[in-house]
Amino acid sequence: MAAALALTFFYAPVDEDGLNQKIFYIHVPIAFASYALFAWGGWKALRHLWKREEGADLESYVAIHLGVIFGVLTLVTGSIWAKYRWGHWWVWSEDQLVLFLVLFLFYCAYFMLRYSLAPGPQRANLSAVYALFGVVLVPISVLAIRLSERFIHPVAFDKGGPNMAASQFATFCVAVLAVLTLAATLYHLELAGKRLDERLRDLREALQ
Amino acid sequence: MSTEEKYVAAVYLVVFVVLLAYVFIIALKLQRLQRELAELAELAVKQRDVERKAVAVG
Repeated sequence: MAAALALTFFYAPVDEDGLNQKIFYIHVPIAFASYALFAWGGWKALRHLWKREEGADLESYVAIHLGVIFGVLTLVTGSIWAKYRWGHWWVWSEDQLVLFLVLFLFYCAYFMLRYSLAPGPQRANLSAVYALFGVVLVPISVLAIRLSERFIHPVAFDKGGPNMAASQFATFCVAVLAVLTLAATLYHLELAGKRLDERLRDLREALQ
Repeated sequence: MSTEEKYVAAVYLVVFVVLLAYVFIIALKLQRLQRELAELAELAVKQRDVERKAVAVG
C-alpha cells in the first residue's frame, strides 16, 4: 500500500484532468476488490452447494461481508470524485453507477436473508443460492460502461488497451495489486476470527 | 489547500478511516476471543481438578 501511495503521489504524472485524477488510483482498485470479493463469495457458495465443502459457507459469508465494505468505499469515493468532476454526488442516468448500486444493495439484502434464518444447513444453502444469483450481476456491472451509450463516467480501458501513459498504468497496476492484497489479508483475518469464534463456542458447549 | 486538493484528500481520508474502523472492530473481537479462551481454560482446569478428586475419593 505504501508503494502504491508513493507511486500515486510522487511518480504518476498529473495529466490534463488535473490532480483529481489521483482518485482513480484508489477508487478503481477498491471497486475491483469489491467485484473480486463478491466473485469469491459466489465461488465459495458454489463449492458449498456442489461439493459440500466444509467451511465454504463461512468463507462465502466473509467474502461478501468484506465485498460490501469495499462496495461502500467504492460508492463513497466515487461520489466525492463525481461531486468535483460533474458537480453532482450521484447521476441516476449513468448505467455503471446504478448497476453497481444494484449489485451493492443486492448483497446488502444477503445479510437480511442470512440473519432472518436460524443457523444450520437451511441457512447455509439459501445464503449460497442467493450469493450465486448475485454473481451474475458482477460481469454486467463491469461491462456496463461499454454497453452504455452515455459516457460521463470515464473509460480507462477500451479495445486498444489502457487510455493512459505507461507510468500511470504501472502505478494503477501496483495500486490494484496493493488493494487486492489488502482485501485478501483482511479476508483471512476476519475468517480466522470467525473460525476461532466457532471453535470456542463448540468448546464451551463441550465443557458445560 | 485548493478545492481539488481537498477532494483528493477527502477520498484518501475516507478510505483510511473506514479501514481503520474495520481493523479496530476486528481487534476488539480478538480481545473478546482471548478473554473467552482464558475463561474456558480456567473452566477446563477446574473440571480436571474435580475429576481427579472424584477418582481419588472413588
